[in-house]
Amino acid sequence: MKLEQQLRNKLKEKDILLMTHIVLGYPSLDVNREIIRQMVGNGVDCIEMQIPFSEPMADGPVILKANQDALATGTKVEDCFQFAAEMARTHEIPFLFMTYYNIIFKYGEEAFIKRAAEIGIHGFIIPDLPPEMGKTFLALADKYNLALILIYAPTSTDARMEELDRHANGFIYCVARRGVTGKKSAFDHDFDNYLARCRAATQLPLAVGFGIQSKEDIDALRGKADMAVIGSRTIQLVETEGAEAVGPFIAGLR
Amino acid sequence: MDSNGFFGNWGGAYIPEVLHQTFQELKKEYDRCRKDPAFWQEYLTLMSTYSCRPTPLTYAENLTRHFGGAQIYIKREDLNHTGAHKANNVMGQGLLVKRMGKKRVIAETGAGQHGMATATMAAKFGLDCTIYMGEEDVMRQRPNVFWMEKMGATVVPVTDGSRTLKDAINEAFRDWVTNVDDTHYVFGTACGPAPFPEMVAWFQSIIGIEAAEQIIQYHHKMPKRVYACVGGGSNAMGIFKRFLDEDGIELVGVEAGGHGAESGAHAIRLSSPDASPGVAQGYKTMFLQDDDGQMKLTHSVAAGLDYVGVSPILSDHWENKRVRFESATDTEVMQALDLTMRLEGIIPALESSHAFAGAFREVGQLSKDDAIIINQSGRGDKDIFTIAHAFEDPSWKKFIIDRGREYSNS
Ligand SMILES: Cc1ncc(COP(=O)(O)O)c(C=O)c1O
Repeated sequence: MKLEQQLRNKLKEKDILLMTHIVLGYPSLDVNREIIRQMVGNGVDCIEMQIPFSEPMADGPVILKANQDALATGTKVEDCFQFAAEMARTHEIPFLFMTYYNIIFKYGEEAFIKRAAEIGIHGFIIPDLPPEMGKTFLALADKYNLALILIYAPTSTDARMEELDRHANGFIYCVARRGVTGKKSAFDHDFDNYLARCRAATQLPLAVGFGIQSKEDIDALRGKADMAVIGSRTIQLVETEGAEAVGPFIAGLR
Repeated sequence: MDSNGFFGNWGGAYIPEVLHQTFQELKKEYDRCRKDPAFWQEYLTLMSTYSCRPTPLTYAENLTRHFGGAQIYIKREDLNHTGAHKANNVMGQGLLVKRMGKKRVIAETGAGQHGMATATMAAKFGLDCTIYMGEEDVMRQRPNVFWMEKMGATVVPVTDGSRTLKDAINEAFRDWVTNVDDTHYVFGTACGPAPFPEMVAWFQSIIGIEAAEQIIQYHHKMPKRVYACVGGGSNAMGIFKRFLDEDGIELVGVEAGGHGAESGAHAIRLSSPDASPGVAQGYKTMFLQDDDGQMKLTHSVAAGLDYVGVSPILSDHWENKRVRFESATDTEVMQALDLTMRLEGIIPALESSHAFAGAFREVGQLSKDDAIIINQSGRGDKDIFTIAHAFEDPSWKKFIIDRGREYSNS
């Protein structure tokens, strides 16, 4: 089933969905497996699995370090595919690949997309691939029924949002603020205006990410967004309290 | 360049969405400036009054006699204010920043020359300035860090990855996506997302325009070959651009051979089997990367050439064979530097010494009636610690020890 439809079905039962983020191979694929088990068990609706890259330009210190450590311990793209195949087989929720374009370019666009489709991945988040640069990627993703998630930023004009919407599929990822991943966002009046502009520009479900860390943050999004994205926070949690802390943390967000 | 910023198969703008609008504005302003002769005139005036333009073309009589081949001319970008060609690009972007009304500039730097030029421009134009520099390069290029700070810039040592230029670029992008509204990223070389490669090459083209005029004046005909070192590729594009359409002039780019092409410790992107096409830091070019697309560690004695990617414009000229690419090892570079100092009393930067090494290897085979131009992208003063160390100079070592002792006792 296509990603958008899956999310819409879930939205019939919940007022806001949760998407989480993990870096594959950090701290290890074994720990990733346990984290995902806890996430799914506690009601996460969608998971983005980041294939580590040596130059993660859109990521802040926490995810940057996770990328570097995952590579230092020898995580290969092939390991990520095998692990992702296992996760998609094991758990019911949609999984996305998040990575930077070079990983895909080097693997071969069609080979990458085809294999992702075969193992049951639903889509891709590629922060350095705007649609202008991703024409062939978008066409191939369409061919294999997968979604390339496009991104809105607070600096996007209304016209740009509408243009992105014409190419978009699955859902729109709204970046909550200027900057990289990891820092706290202020969900203030400006933010509300921005979200209203996002809502006006597209019919697709809206996910909001960058700096979401607590139940209060998620409550602030209820009724305004369809999905909240939690990234750096769980990575920090695993570092300080171990993988077992992820389940209770997720359970406490609703 | 096409409308998406590609030079043949290379280039583009692979940027996060948050920068889209900023790039639109930058492209618009750059286009406006390029079409406005008054802008170039303003630029020339600034460069001739604040920097040292036109820089001389020096006939290297002793080197010419030593090799017994073509006549050797040296384009003296080392005589620019701040000691390198970097000033050309930075002052040009400075004029652009003024037009765009931004209050703050950031930059990455490897050898420190670009950071130094940016800090200078910021001081002159009254802008806030932050410079990102790999921790490894901060150690290698201490004199430049000192000057940048003295001119009011904040120098941020980057501790991620290889702690060199590519990591400084990532960190500068992180700053930029956070502060897009009031900040301009003064990109230091003909790399990065469009329009940077084209824009930087345009500002640097002043080098070749002057050199062509000067060589005709002194040698009465065009040169046979033009040599330049290639880190990102801005000084090379700067001197090559004017000669690209001139038939019969061979253009030679010299990359950093480090410990040798076979050693794995080098920065050879265009004349090396270790490199392959990739997309990183916002553009498509030849990168030193592994089979998964992870960037490799690079090495060069010259911090300014120690970079994993290369200008997409040069990748295009490599593919269409308009420019020939060679490399020189650290050892060859030190020999070329030694010879140039002794015979001409000129101290090229370690980066520039790559161009000298490449030229010295070949110049003897050319006719005495011909001329070559070597682009001396910068001066070697900043490299005094590295050079003295490489020459194992005993009196310098003693001086450092004595100074160290003085400081630790005080
Ligand atoms: C003196 C000098 N030459 C050359 C370079 C390499 O840059 P590019 O290849 O862009 O000219 C640098 C960079 O820092 C430099 O300082």
